[in-house]
Amino acid sequence: MNGEPRSGRIVIVGASLAGLRAAETLRDEGFTGSLTLVGEEPQPPYDRPPLSKQVLLGRTRAGDVGLPLRREVDARWKLGVRAEGVDPVGRQVILADGERLPFDRLLIATGTRARPWPNPSEARLDGVLTLRTSEDAAALSARLDAGPRRVLVIGAGFTGSEIASACRERGLEVTVAERGPAPLVGALGGTLGAFAAGLQRAHGVDLRCGVTVTSLKGDHGRLTGATFSDGSRIEADVAVVALGAVRNTEWLAGSDLAAGPRGVACDAGCRAFNMYGIVTDDVFVAGDVARFPHPLFEYQMLALEHWGNAVAQAEVAAHNMVAMAPDRRPHLAVPAFWSSQFGVNIKSVGVPTFSDRVVIAQGSLREGRLVAVYGYRGRITAAVSVNRAKWLEHYQHLIETAAPFPPGRGAADRSEPAEPVPSDVPDPQLLSHGPTVALTGHLPDRRLTLVRHDPPPAVAHRP
Amino acid sequence: MQIVVDLNRCQGYAQCAFLAPEVFELHGEEALMFTPTVPDGQHERVRRAAACPVQAILVGERAGPGER
Repeated sequence: MNGEPRSGRIVIVGASLAGLRAAETLRDEGFTGSLTLVGEEPQPPYDRPPLSKQVLLGRTRAGDVGLPLRREVDARWKLGVRAEGVDPVGRQVILADGERLPFDRLLIATGTRARPWPNPSEARLDGVLTLRTSEDAAALSARLDAGPRRVLVIGAGFTGSEIASACRERGLEVTVAERGPAPLVGALGGTLGAFAAGLQRAHGVDLRCGVTVTSLKGDHGRLTGATFSDGSRIEADVAVVALGAVRNTEWLAGSDLAAGPRGVACDAGCRAFNMYGIVTDDVFVAGDVARFPHPLFEYQMLALEHWGNAVAQAEVAAHNMVAMAPDRRPHLAVPAFWSSQFGVNIKSVGVPTFSDRVVIAQGSLREGRLVAVYGYRGRITAAVSVNRAKWLEHYQHLIETAAPFPPGRGAADRSEPAEPVPSDVPDPQLLSHGPTVALTGHLPDRRLTLVRHDPPPAVAHRP
Repeated sequence: MQIVVDLNRCQGYAQCAFLAPEVFELHGEEALMFTPTVPDGQHERVRRAAACPVQAILVGERAGPGER
């Protein structure tokens, strides 16, 4: 970095949650130079979690999910224009409209987009949608308002499950197709996956696991139904492709950065690596598109599609962009996320997929209120609550201090001790959607199953 | 007026839902739903609700190029 870090030109590519919070932090920390925010969407930054909940339920309009500003950012906003490249030598961002934005420091916060249906002609059928942007949410909620006879949701990760939940709450018939063995299994493992399957079926979802959608059928350009790998078929007016996210890194081809389908690799201080694994000093990365080494999870590179990570990582990146080297901070936040679906609140701390065992430490699957605690090689690495959110702070502390797994008895509400079972985290290649945490090194659970031959987990809850 | 709730922090105390029920609502036992664009007439209630026990509610003007 040349000269005084609190002046000069900073360009932020990506005008969503991470980009906005970074811009605010830069000004908060005394950056007085020129600041430009580039966003592909025409809208100013907005909040995505309500899109699959409040908006689909008709409680909030898709255009009303804007984010509040924490402070003035005094920035030039370039909205509705894509960034198409970075000139690493001339240090310029190249925009689709031909403009070149010179920078002294660059923040990459381009996030992810919905993974499209792989067959382009089927994807173009009227009635086939994805849900990632506010525009997507407006289109889907209009379809739901129109009262389709059946909605097909392809992929039972968090987004797919929340869509199915909203459909059932509106009284719509819904079929969910999941290639893996259960909903949410890619993010939460086998025990809570089985619980989620019970929850969906109890709410009237036609849930089909272990199948893929082999084709989407249309008539005169309109979706009419789908066929499945088990030979069955359904009729549906709407299909929502919820197959996870694709990281927006293609525009960085030619930038010499370590950017690819798994994200943009960076160090713990959010400084991007170049293609040789050498850390840069003027290119930073934050949010869903970043992958970074986390010391609590053996420095494995994590890419997190979490709201809280976008905020925390953006703040660290922005701080480090304007700090002198000794004042730089690492991004060490414990990953956390939430989901609400089928009347329950699911919250997670740590990385459930970084586990070999899981135990229900509070409550039970039967009562639908519980805390599942995950361990890896005898230490606690994650906890997931269902309608028991107040416990998570306790478990976050245990994760941060590498407390032993299984956790000691501390739950007054159990009469019998729970037995840990294998966490049963599937190989992500078997899932139709992506997990919300991508461990981009190895999956410890898979490595252990190869050598241990554990019996399959005892599933306590079946509809 | 625009709001966002950090639902990682939210622990379902529901104080906001008592103070401004048109804007904050518990969905089930502890999942909070909120109206991101606060309707006119609810601003004062939302400001009071922002005194949340875990400080999960952020109130501000809507972010964007027209912020000033």
